[in-house]
Amino acid sequence: MVKTNFISYTSTAVQPAKLESLECETGNYHSFCPISCVSWLYQKLEDSFFLVIGTKTCGFFLQSSMGVMIFAEPRYAMAELEEADISAQLNDYNELKRLCLQIRNDRNPSVIVWIGTCTTELIKQDLEGMAPRLEQEIQVPIVVARANGLDHAFTQGEDTVLAALANRCPQVSRDTVKPKTHPPLILFGSLPNSVANQLTIDLNSFGIEVAGWLPSKNYSELPALDQTCYVCGVQPFLSRTAATLMRRRQCQLISAPFPIGPDGTRAWIEAIAKALQVPIDQNKLLERESENWLELEEMEDGLPSIRGKTVFFMGDSLLEIALARFLIRSGVVVQEIGIPFLDQRYQAAELQLLQQTCKELDVTMPVIVHKPDNYFQLKRIQALQPDLVITGMAHANPIEARGITTKWSVEFVFSQIHGFTNAGNLVTLLSKPLSRHNSLAELGWTEIV
Amino acid sequence: MSAASLQAASLHRGSSSSSSSSKKIHYASGRSSCRANSARAMKLAYWMYSGPAHIGTLRIASSFQNVHAIMHAPLGDDYFNVLRSMLERERDFTPVTASIVDRHVLAEGSKSKVVEGITRKAAEDLPDLILLTPTCTSSILQEDLESFVENASRNSGMSDVILADVNHYRVNEMQAADRTLEQIVRFYVDKATKEEGYKPKKTKRPSANIIGPTTLGFHHHHDARELKRMLGEMGIDVNMVTPEGGRVTELKHLTDAWFNIVPYRETGLMAAKYLERQFDMPFTDTVPMGILGTNDWITSIQAIVNEQAKALAPEGEEVLIVDFDDYSKRQTLHVSQAAWFSRSVDCQNLTGKRAVVFGDATHAAMMTRILSREMCIRVVCAGTYARHESDWFREQVQNHCDEILITDDNTQVADMIARLEPAAIFGTQMERHVGKRLDTPCGVISSPVHIQNFPLGFRPFFGYEGANQISDLVYNSFALGMEDHLLEIFGGHDTKEVITKELSSADDLIWLDSGIEELGNIPGFVRGKVKRNVEKFARHFNIHEISAEVMWKAKEKAGKF
Repeated sequence: MVKTNFISYTSTAVQPAKLESLECETGNYHSFCPISCVSWLYQKLEDSFFLVIGTKTCGFFLQSSMGVMIFAEPRYAMAELEEADISAQLNDYNELKRLCLQIRNDRNPSVIVWIGTCTTELIKQDLEGMAPRLEQEIQVPIVVARANGLDHAFTQGEDTVLAALANRCPQVSRDTVKPKTHPPLILFGSLPNSVANQLTIDLNSFGIEVAGWLPSKNYSELPALDQTCYVCGVQPFLSRTAATLMRRRQCQLISAPFPIGPDGTRAWIEAIAKALQVPIDQNKLLERESENWLELEEMEDGLPSIRGKTVFFMGDSLLEIALARFLIRSGVVVQEIGIPFLDQRYQAAELQLLQQTCKELDVTMPVIVHKPDNYFQLKRIQALQPDLVITGMAHANPIEARGITTKWSVEFVFSQIHGFTNAGNLVTLLSKPLSRHNSLAELGWTEIV
Repeated sequence: MSAASLQAASLHRGSSSSSSSSKKIHYASGRSSCRANSARAMKLAYWMYSGPAHIGTLRIASSFQNVHAIMHAPLGDDYFNVLRSMLERERDFTPVTASIVDRHVLAEGSKSKVVEGITRKAAEDLPDLILLTPTCTSSILQEDLESFVENASRNSGMSDVILADVNHYRVNEMQAADRTLEQIVRFYVDKATKEEGYKPKKTKRPSANIIGPTTLGFHHHHDARELKRMLGEMGIDVNMVTPEGGRVTELKHLTDAWFNIVPYRETGLMAAKYLERQFDMPFTDTVPMGILGTNDWITSIQAIVNEQAKALAPEGEEVLIVDFDDYSKRQTLHVSQAAWFSRSVDCQNLTGKRAVVFGDATHAAMMTRILSREMCIRVVCAGTYARHESDWFREQVQNHCDEILITDDNTQVADMIARLEPAAIFGTQMERHVGKRLDTPCGVISSPVHIQNFPLGFRPFFGYEGANQISDLVYNSFALGMEDHLLEIFGGHDTKEVITKELSSADDLIWLDSGIEELGNIPGFVRGKVKRNVEKFARHFNIHEISAEVMWKAKEKAGKF
């Protein structure tokens, strides 16, 4: 069984590219804790409640990083572990039951998602074991995701939640499946509803139908999955979800570049069409892409304002490969691609497109540094003096004070950047800080340490 | 709000005129009492007032110059760097790195990683001190961090290495900050006196250390500047400010000062008590906030300086006695505007207005006293989340407010505000949001705060300039006096909409047109309260239809809405 599945994986996948310029450093880098995913997932899954089981440290991070959102009575909370929980003086099952009953009574969610943290890992709290029992008892589905900082960085939190949700998707029932021109296609990755609609419509216009999204708007609308389904990711950080969909749900994974930038979106549609054996109008697709490039060229603060600039990715969101690929195609010089974790199989098609882009434009393939060391990176930044550093907030202000323009990397996660429609946003995110830098440089305000 | 809680609200109002001895003191249920005996249970939490212990330790470490903190923590726990970089708009890299705990560490132990991390940092940045900072994760791992520190200090070159002695599960951010500061002061002062034979060289002129201002502290930079200005005018030299901006290698010179000033309850007391014990250094912990607070502070300094002058004077030499009475009088009456403001007719409109105060111990206590004593504002409830300072807090405010609330549960604070319906709130960012929801203005007086509470302009809370700032804050928080009257006369800004918020259920009562119209004449910000009071009145007298006449009667009976 497993073997067949593995073959099905390789049959639709692109072979992992051979990377010559891949380096691994010490892993001393700054990133958000993966529990931050609750902030966008609770908004996406409208009938959910996220319960983060951790300590004050987790709670402090969430409330500080979420800023204003915390006051809007969000559908998430901390189950704050006290000393007695750690030392097993209290029965954790009873404690969690008490809290979940309270949540059920106050908020009446369709699903409670437990987010396991470093602490639950260290004290070996058996969340996966407790959840089914408690689920039976309180009659609310409980999904467990271990989004902890021991194993994951930032956006990988979403990966752990979606992988857990993938197991909850219903089996396709034979009665409801309607014959279509191609096998059912499920897209995975949490995007704002409008962006998900845009991508769906883009696919529709090439005769490809989307059978469902993981996650859906509501827990009760999770897409049905079985071995006839094809799945494709829209985000580069979803390798665990991809593995779960293949191995546990027997789906066929379409390995494609990610729909970021006109080039990525075109390649993504192409790969999906090829895997589903849907004949598409290649000219129409190329036309759509070149129209999109033209729009980026002509918009205010568009491509001309970023072309020829040098960019350095310190790495924290795992979007870096796709962003760098788009930037190189736009004529930007990428000096380093830092990335917390690189799954060369899941990102194979994206890596291949990156290599192909470099080859076509005759530029050197940038160094990819996974598990980077921020200290060494800052030394390299000092030496290279890039025009733009894409980095976390811990470093942004100090780098700015040294006269180097920065872009806060988390904004790429929170902004709409997918598909043809949002390529403009992507360019603006990069060109804004550069144009501000130019205006201030005229005043002589560059280095202010 | 139910009828029962309305009744409770009126009871509190009634009791406020009685003697202060019958004050109600509320504690958060469960958690506060018998903490040592009963196990604290898993808690459902949406928000917290004070951060985890390691944040306190990191605030101290990054306040000093050239001190590097290494956190023993998983990826993502270095969020402190973001806070400092964004809130303080720091130009420099925050000297905090993580020795990352990952799966490998769990398998192999973190000894080599921690030791390597410390050695590497010592070579890279040549810090004076490396502070190994435990987190909740390392508390559970229970590794012998002390021995790692010993190991590392052999290869750490010129850098000292110490382990911050804080327990994540026992202390909060404020307590950890206090403890870490004491630990560092003790380490360097002990080292100097024992190893180098350093003896305090008391300064010729009266001098003081200011202990307490830290990074990410609420208006701390501004406060320190204002205190330095006043001390300068009083002829007292500032020997050192610690920890903000100081060098640990200079800490031995703390003992050269005549005395210590600890303006914040939250940080510095432990260090000051240590210096008092070991070196007979007196300290003042009077909080120089508000005109009266500042005058008290000056009086306490005068007493200490004169006492020290006698003690330190060489035999036979004449002792110089200082007298700051003229200084504080001149500042109070002519330099600062706050005293005149409270006298001016403008401030009359504030008399008897009802306010709620909540925050850390220092700011909430002093704000309560300022409102009640200096501005004649009625503080219906004063509260703090600093449970460990509850005795001090109670003593400070007990004659200046109707109720005292000691809790770190933000929902309890919100409920209290909803019940008391004050005209203004003075609290943290959380209370500001409660105020938004209830349409009540709020002045922010204490951490936890947002970036807008790290202003670029000069905004001390301490001293005479601080009193000016506080006056502005209070005055701007309440609806302006004339605006208030005009609203009452002309029926509010929003005459279109009669009842903006349905705050109480009134299914058994019918509002007649004349009643609704009359209610429309009530200014928006008190309309909900008036409506509820009228309904309460109607229920009490078995009236089912509310007309304008009923409202007037209710007003007569209640004397006042």
